[in-house]
Amino acid sequence: MSVAQQASSSASSLQQKVALDFPFLEGTVYLDSAATSQMPLQVRQTMSEHYSLGASNVHRGVYEWSERATDRFEDTRRKVATFINARSERECIFTAGTTDSMNQLAQSWGESNIQAGDSIVVTVMEHHSNLLPWTQLAERRGAEILWWTVDENGLLDMSQLDALLEKRPKLLAMTWASNVTGAINPLERIVPKFREQGTVVVLDGAQGVPHLPCDVQKLGIDFLAFSAHKMLGPTGIGVLWGREELLEAMPPPRFGGGMILSVRQGKVKWADLPQKFEGGTPNISGVHGLGAAIEYLQSVGMDEIRAHEVALNQYALKKLAKIEGLRVIGPTEPENRSGVVSFEMAGIHPHDLATILGREGVCVRAGHHCCQPLMRHWGCAGTTRASFYFYTTTDDIDALAKALEVAAKVFEGYR
Amino acid sequence: MSFADNDEDLYRAVILEHSAHPPHKGRMASPTHHDEGINPSCGDEIELFFRVEDDVIQEATFDGVGCSICLASASMLTRALRGKSVGEATDFYRAFKSWITVRDPEPSPIDLEELEALGGVRKYPVRLKCALLAWETFSGAMRNPSLCFDPKLN
Repeated sequence: MSVAQQASSSASSLQQKVALDFPFLEGTVYLDSAATSQMPLQVRQTMSEHYSLGASNVHRGVYEWSERATDRFEDTRRKVATFINARSERECIFTAGTTDSMNQLAQSWGESNIQAGDSIVVTVMEHHSNLLPWTQLAERRGAEILWWTVDENGLLDMSQLDALLEKRPKLLAMTWASNVTGAINPLERIVPKFREQGTVVVLDGAQGVPHLPCDVQKLGIDFLAFSAHKMLGPTGIGVLWGREELLEAMPPPRFGGGMILSVRQGKVKWADLPQKFEGGTPNISGVHGLGAAIEYLQSVGMDEIRAHEVALNQYALKKLAKIEGLRVIGPTEPENRSGVVSFEMAGIHPHDLATILGREGVCVRAGHHCCQPLMRHWGCAGTTRASFYFYTTTDDIDALAKALEVAAKVFEGYR
Repeated sequence: MSFADNDEDLYRAVILEHSAHPPHKGRMASPTHHDEGINPSCGDEIELFFRVEDDVIQEATFDGVGCSICLASASMLTRALRGKSVGEATDFYRAFKSWITVRDPEPSPIDLEELEALGGVRKYPVRLKCALLAWETFSGAMRNPSLCFDPKLN
């Protein structure tokens, strides 16, 4: 088989897999995976088994149901560690999602490390979930926020790097990929420089981990947060990964059952990692679902997912460029984007556009995407965003283009 | 069903016309009543300005950014409330709100005139707040006379 034949046969086997495992996608053009992804049959089944085979708490009972619940729970932790190449599963903490991960981190690491006069670098493209925990922390501690802005294509302005490094910030909080423009940040050019001088690097992986092969050791970061529901899993579950020595030194951000070694009057010993950070009964079926989601992603292959999305980016950028009055926002090169294409249509507000697209069966997101600083940076009220995953096809993008023509027709004469 | 074959739905001509060419858009130098309304999930921002004399709304204008539904509703408001007493305007607001927020409305006891064009929004519950933003802002403005209002400070 030639390379082209191989590619086309692997594309059609992927399509068959999608048709089997995501039957509900038939008839709907779902282009909102950056908000939440769809869930394959295998994940739904694994999650429901927690209840349908007999529910139990984890880490407690000595009967079979509890052993099953605990095995699957801890097995998922090992899967997470392998998936992101953590040194040990002890570094992987289950949280309620990226937002929860960031808030716990700001509460725990932040409160014990950020002092008055320290500085924290954030980028203007951050989602509010990797922004507000740090701005609020800075306010409480009397620290300074340093903003890293972007160029007209939504890429970080690298000319600001040296000036930011000179400030010797305590923390750099940045996203792997923008949820608005899809812009992927060049971590290899950024992270080592900050780490060399002792800056702790927190990476928001919500838009990165589901779409790009992830190796936390190679990335060289200190903390990573991501959500299961953007990578085929359920809502309400996510991960906070941190380097073991940092996690060991951190106080638990909240307290409850299951996170202590011993409690005596006047003296408490915290449990070892990761339990120290997991007080209270966790989202057990959610964790099981995340495990099944990771298994599914591995069966598709992260390199294949990435290649598929770059090809979709390329197709979409070309297709949308032909639509009159449409302006694509963000990087011009398909390789510089995760599977996200945001755009503006002259004279049509994003919410009107999304309503018309929705009526045409095309699901997109419109608005400020929880990224008001970026919107203000560009003086833009909002965008319309189409976002992809491995189950997205070029037919979906054709349907988007067709629906955009309908919107243009509805607003004809009023733009 | 597609918007392409059914313009009687959400985006009727009167809505698009108001949104594209609002007759009373602009800031008022010295309003007696003023308020702003923000819809944080959409980013719609509407400011309303009223000059009330002898209990009658002599002038009404709006300014702001938003989707066509939000802007059209604000524009229709400025037209509909001019010349009404504050009491009549408040009754109109209540009638419009209770008419638009129910799925199968009874005919309104007050003639809603061109505002009936916004009825299509019922099929899109998330867009209802777009249609109501200006009206809730009106209600706020009537409770908050801006006697010391100075547009330069805004």
